[in-house]
Amino acid sequence: MKKRPVFMRKFTDRLVKVASVIAALVGIFFLFWILLVVVTKGLSAFNLKFFTDISLDGEKGGIANAIVGTIVITFTAVILGVPAGLLGGVFLSEYGRSSRIGSIIRFSSNVMMGMPSIIIGLFVYSIIVYNTGTFSGFSGAFALAIIMLPVVLRTTEDMLSLVPNALREAAMALGAPRWKVTLHVLFRAAKTGLITGVLLATARVSGETAPLLFTSLNSYYWPAEPGWHFWQFFNSPTANLTVTINDYAMSPYAGLNSIAWGAALMITAGVLALNITARIFFREAKK
Amino acid sequence: MAELRKKSKNSQSLPDRIFKALTFASALIIIVLMAGLFLQLVWHSMPTIRKFGFEFFLSKQWDPVNLQFGALSSIYGTIVTSVIAMIIAVPLSFVIALFLVEIAGPKVRVVVSQALDLLAAIPSIIYGMWGLFIFAPFMQDHIQPFLGKYFSFLPFFKGTPMGIGMFTSGLILALMILPFISAVMRDVFQMVPPVVKESAYGVGSTTWEVSYHVTMKYGMQGMLGAVFLGLGRAIGETMAVTFVIGNAYTVSASLFDPATTIASTLASQFSEAVSQPVFKSTLMELGLVLFIVTFGIQVAAQWWLNKIRRSSGGGL
Repeated sequence: MKKRPVFMRKFTDRLVKVASVIAALVGIFFLFWILLVVVTKGLSAFNLKFFTDISLDGEKGGIANAIVGTIVITFTAVILGVPAGLLGGVFLSEYGRSSRIGSIIRFSSNVMMGMPSIIIGLFVYSIIVYNTGTFSGFSGAFALAIIMLPVVLRTTEDMLSLVPNALREAAMALGAPRWKVTLHVLFRAAKTGLITGVLLATARVSGETAPLLFTSLNSYYWPAEPGWHFWQFFNSPTANLTVTINDYAMSPYAGLNSIAWGAALMITAGVLALNITARIFFREAKK
Repeated sequence: MAELRKKSKNSQSLPDRIFKALTFASALIIIVLMAGLFLQLVWHSMPTIRKFGFEFFLSKQWDPVNLQFGALSSIYGTIVTSVIAMIIAVPLSFVIALFLVEIAGPKVRVVVSQALDLLAAIPSIIYGMWGLFIFAPFMQDHIQPFLGKYFSFLPFFKGTPMGIGMFTSGLILALMILPFISAVMRDVFQMVPPVVKESAYGVGSTTWEVSYHVTMKYGMQGMLGAVFLGLGRAIGETMAVTFVIGNAYTVSASLFDPATTIASTLASQFSEAVSQPVFKSTLMELGLVLFIVTFGIQVAAQWWLNKIRRSSGGGL
């Protein structure tokens, strides 16, 4: 190392420390700037019609159909993605911990976690929308499920790996079969971690827009028209908050922009609430 | 021996074997999805690959009317915005990790970490709206005229300040990947054994010298992994960029000019492309390019992170 005078070294150290404090403040500053804008602009769009009318009437309408659509799509994605993710995580942690296929699967899910969501959208378009010839809410849910799968799989593996082996041995010694040990003992021991993982994955996909542009698209009607035409979810575009934001924010009409801000506040509040709930839940349980 | 093996297989009851098969099948889905993703994209891009060949990557033509397409403008925009994002986000993330591990007290550390987690949780489209309606006008009125006035000898800062464009997109990308890179870097910082750091402090090093000469050298592979994870995100980020980049199919040296990226081209052109097989196939080929690049980046990131994980025995 080059020899440098002490005051220079101390000065550099000070400089870096100040820079690091500023960098941390910059992050916090932008967080508050974005949240402040979303809350103030969003709140001014809120009124009763905003929550009860559907987007058919444009500036005079609301986004009730999009709210319902986002909930239905996200919920369907959870139903599709979470069981497979949990079971896959069980395989990695219980059966394939140090096997070759286990490490290939682990590697693949790490890669899939980093895949841009728009690519997943293209994929689901090409396998579902292209083949059925119609955009649908279900294909959107399918795309979100694919995004959730690797996240749930990896957190499940991590959480189950934390359960001490003594617990497995104790249950097996009592003669419990492996599946019972896993579902009744390990899942119970790792419950908090698993729920946290699922909540975080749900929070992540519920704010996704890009994959829905290729799958659910958007609609001005209820996800399923009154009279419960259940199949509409499978064979026609379905309204949802994020694509509504995309369409309305790009619009030249100020009224539609305002509705987009309202929808932006809804989705931000929803995603952050899920996220924070998951973290508090995890911290409380850890105590 | 054969008998023994047979017996041990039979000792697994039927429900157990079914359960194991079920978990294995679920885990395999991920590999099937990844392979299927690649094959589908290749299959659907075949028409364009046949039509344009390698020319596709060298042409900046984007003519939906006559169905003549080239990927150059999209690839150029992707590279430029990602480079801007990395130049800003990597050093910032490094000093934020340094702040979290070496400087902040336990309470401050929790607050700042959580704020960064929330920054990472905000949906991409919200960054897009904020970028388009708030940040781009701010750039146009304050930052870009300043840069244009004092740095106009550089080719990057020429041109009319419009707010939207590559520069603003790069800044927003930097903000979006900052929490991801700094979180991994923080973990890498914490992996360095205290003994190593303490010996450096013992011979009279300052905090910065310990971080730069010891922590960074020790955790270099982890740092590279963190940087590549961030790069992967920046390259594939869609909605925020689509809102602020201006979607112009040009190749311009000025960072103030509107441009396009692969992801934003996909998002903004798709509705027009659905009815045109060649147009749609073009987008599929762009998607294939994005897939291959992201795959390579992820492989590199995982390779480095696995190496440091193994050498430090867990964590991360």
